[in-house]
Amino acid sequence: MNSEPNPIDTYPHWWRLLFGRFTLESLPLHEPIVVVTFIAVAIGGLAVLGLITRYKLWGVLWRDWFTSVDHKKIGIMYMVLGLVMLLRGFADAVLMRSQQALAHGGSDGFLPPHHYDQIFTAHGVIMIFFVAMPLVTGLMNYVVPLQIGARDVAFPFLNNFSFWMTTGGVVLTMMSLFIGEFAATGWLAYPPLSNIAYSPSTGVDYYIWALQIAGIGTTLSGVNLIATIVKMRAPGMSMMKMPVFTWTSLCTNILIVASFPVLGAVLALLTLDRYVGTNFFTNDLGGNPMMYVNLIWIWGHPEVYILVLPAFGIFSEVTSTFSGKRLFGYASMVYATVVITILSYLVWLHHFFTMGSGASVNSFFGITTMIISIPTGAKIFNWLFTMYRGRIRFDLPMMWTVAFMLTFVVGGMTGVLLAVPPADFVLHNSLFLVAHFHNVIIGGVLFGLFAGIYYWWPKAFGFRLDPFWGKVSFWCWVSGFWVAFTPLYILGLMGVTRRMSSFPGHEYQPLFVIAAFGAVLVACGIAAMIVQFAVSILRREQLADLTGDPWGGRTLEWATSSPPPPYNFAFTPMVHDGDAWWDMKSRGYKRPLEGYKAIHMPKNTGAGVIISAIATVFGIAMVWYVWWLAALAFVGVIAATIIHTFNYDRDYYIPADEVARIEAERTRTLALVKA
Amino acid sequence: MAQSHTAAADDGELHFYVADEHGHAEGGTMLGFWLYLMSDCLIFAILFATYGVLGRSYAAGPSGADLFDLKLVAVNTAMLLFSSITYGFAMLEMEKGDQRMTQRWLAITGAFGLCFIGLELYEFHHLIHEGATPQRSAFLSSFFTLVGTHGLHVTFGLIWLTTLMVQVHQRGLIQANRRRLMCLSMFWHFLDVIWIGVFTFVYLMGSLS
Amino acid sequence: MSARAPVSDELHSDAVHVEVVHDHHEAGHGSRKGYITGFVLSAILTAIPFWLVMAGVFTDPRVTSLVIMAFAVAQIVVHMVYFLHMNARSEGGWTMMALIFTIVLVVIALSGSLWVMYHLNTNMMPTMSPGDMRNMP
Repeated sequence: MNSEPNPIDTYPHWWRLLFGRFTLESLPLHEPIVVVTFIAVAIGGLAVLGLITRYKLWGVLWRDWFTSVDHKKIGIMYMVLGLVMLLRGFADAVLMRSQQALAHGGSDGFLPPHHYDQIFTAHGVIMIFFVAMPLVTGLMNYVVPLQIGARDVAFPFLNNFSFWMTTGGVVLTMMSLFIGEFAATGWLAYPPLSNIAYSPSTGVDYYIWALQIAGIGTTLSGVNLIATIVKMRAPGMSMMKMPVFTWTSLCTNILIVASFPVLGAVLALLTLDRYVGTNFFTNDLGGNPMMYVNLIWIWGHPEVYILVLPAFGIFSEVTSTFSGKRLFGYASMVYATVVITILSYLVWLHHFFTMGSGASVNSFFGITTMIISIPTGAKIFNWLFTMYRGRIRFDLPMMWTVAFMLTFVVGGMTGVLLAVPPADFVLHNSLFLVAHFHNVIIGGVLFGLFAGIYYWWPKAFGFRLDPFWGKVSFWCWVSGFWVAFTPLYILGLMGVTRRMSSFPGHEYQPLFVIAAFGAVLVACGIAAMIVQFAVSILRREQLADLTGDPWGGRTLEWATSSPPPPYNFAFTPMVHDGDAWWDMKSRGYKRPLEGYKAIHMPKNTGAGVIISAIATVFGIAMVWYVWWLAALAFVGVIAATIIHTFNYDRDYYIPADEVARIEAERTRTLALVKA
Repeated sequence: MAQSHTAAADDGELHFYVADEHGHAEGGTMLGFWLYLMSDCLIFAILFATYGVLGRSYAAGPSGADLFDLKLVAVNTAMLLFSSITYGFAMLEMEKGDQRMTQRWLAITGAFGLCFIGLELYEFHHLIHEGATPQRSAFLSSFFTLVGTHGLHVTFGLIWLTTLMVQVHQRGLIQANRRRLMCLSMFWHFLDVIWIGVFTFVYLMGSLS
Repeated sequence: MSARAPVSDELHSDAVHVEVVHDHHEAGHGSRKGYITGFVLSAILTAIPFWLVMAGVFTDPRVTSLVIMAFAVAQIVVHMVYFLHMNARSEGGWTMMALIFTIVLVVIALSGSLWVMYHLNTNMMPTMSPGDMRNMP
């Protein structure tokens, strides 16, 4: 399709054998924005690497973190990954908002259309797969084993491997910024645009392999957490005594296991179309591009609930903790979650009402979509009734929860509006839709994750986050969100479609400028959050929480120290009530001081890092058509996996003395707190 | 039975923790592997759905009735069925703790699996030779992908089987190896179930005009 | 404490049988008889559909399709029971639950896709007969 000659044609044969379709022209030296970004990233990266070397932290990082199979450390690594990628995804958002604020009335703005297309694609992909997913998985990883009174997850090695596969996906996506290009197709890469005929460059291939590699990790971590929740609950914790966050995590992971294979299969078919020349989604020889749209949304809609259900769980925990009350309607909350889990598989067509399936199909999916809002609404009422007559403490997690309720309800209502097929015919592909899904994903998922980060931070690190900077961040974020997205609702109703890099007249510019100002406010929110992390770390002595239970918590994670010891609980807790820790506190539980036993724990291993690294190399080789390396890496992945299975020495015991020593220290700390 | 830190167990006092050390739960492997199989099942569901939608898009090319050799498919099905029961026998010998016989049945299973893969490769080669390539039509794309994905699974099963035979040879029928053999057993029988879908939905129904 | 006594009694009773969670039966293994039964049944259930199609027993292909699909379902059940040892008890019923959930999703994905794509084809290519579709390049 490109009229320009392909630079690879001028390279000698041996070059192509060795480097595939990589050429020096693949480096985007002609794009100043990318070059400046690269220099900034390179300097920042070198500084970090230099500091690590200077303080001799490589050994610590490798031994205690990269190869760790401890669910707490893996959880924290997921959170770090997600927060770093949030910066990248948000940088894309700022570029888009400023481009759309400038490019009116004949001005082209500062981004050429092809670059702009890559930016909105990367923004969507990164925010969903490499921000929201790692943050959600990270919180589940950290919290769920603690909430159910377990020592670790069911398959600790697999957990480490899953994390590194996700990181492999991140590496591929980030690489595309500096070597070659990313997909310019929109975040779901619909064919025929994403087929080789119309996207011959590396973009879609980066997209495919990044998602494929990260997707394997996600699926496996789903299997892992389901097995953990089903098999490793503390004695006495029946299903209906599980904390709500654990319930929503269970349902989320069921959705992950039951939907990510669909994504993998669809992307594999697209891969075959691109690499082998099959005709699944082409316009020729019987192929049907709409089949791709149909299949990818069978994954896509459950994905929405994968993200939002854990957030609902976090809000449930936060609301009941900070209202000092048992959660209102626990059973209805659980049933609502289960109903959402099943219904989320029956609504996928509402993403393409306009595709032309006709009245009967559209009505069915429109109605199921409206039905799914009912259990969600029930949840909102449960939270409200929990707060009703509670002693509400407006700490940061609770503030985010209230902001969520106000924001999410609006997002939910615009969603129901879009669920009406005739209305969707008008609003489809408009900025109204863009505003709607940001309204639910930022207002629901991201606010929930922030509430969760503020809520569980003291558990993970032993000190609270600074409330002042937290409040600055909160108000910037929430007001910034509304300033950024209300104009998009209005623009959508005016008929402005999404993914436009410039506009002919000036009539829309004021609203886009307001939206850009909203993005600036959000940027302030993010900056305040970074300041908050820094300030809190510096002031960790003053902000320290030695009790392990800073909020007056209700569930088991608050029963142990902050941060918890490697084995989580010296003795496996026994559960008698849904709010297990609250029950223990109110019925005079005394911490055991003797009788410690040696504790059986899984051993760290570098296999996860190694196998994922080879898998990432495989991805890179496939993107660049370096067939010898791809073959080598493919064999390498299998060989490394087989070699790993020959390692039978996978566990060890923490000696009873060691446990006694750690627990004695905790006893002293607790005595200090009381004194 | 659960013991608490206090000596008196039947004083009606509440116990908030278990004094015995449980150790890291190992019982999750079977459930975890089953969940993985379910996710694999959904991959096949998508491939079946694709075949269902595109399987009649011949693009004026050959159809299933023109191409499929049902006798070959029947032989292939028999190979897989035999391998299933021989794997079952291997599991029975493992239960008895007879390592030699276990290995022998595993080897026979592997041989049947190899025959299956060989016949499938022969069939693919034959089709491609006749011009019925995966690129020819959406029907052939979805046919090759569905059947090929199953074949790929069998191939991985064979690699896994070989690995396990080496491991059993090295360490004997220890608990860890038994667990692995049981996982492979589930995998192998699961592939059988998928094949039932393939030969019915693709080959037999495709051969009906 | 006395007011709480019945509660704690009930709680105590569930505290006593908590230890049972351990895994005694990692999976049912079946018996030689079970495997052979399964094998014979599935051999029969495979042979009949092959025969029905290869010998062209029914003239109407739709009848053949329905019959062989019924055989396939029966054979899948046989494999599940005799080879995969599925029952409602293993892993506390969770494997069965996972299987049922998966079957529901497979049915939704398969029938949903066929339904959606069929309507799409009839709506967006209204002038085409199935025969045209077949020979469409």
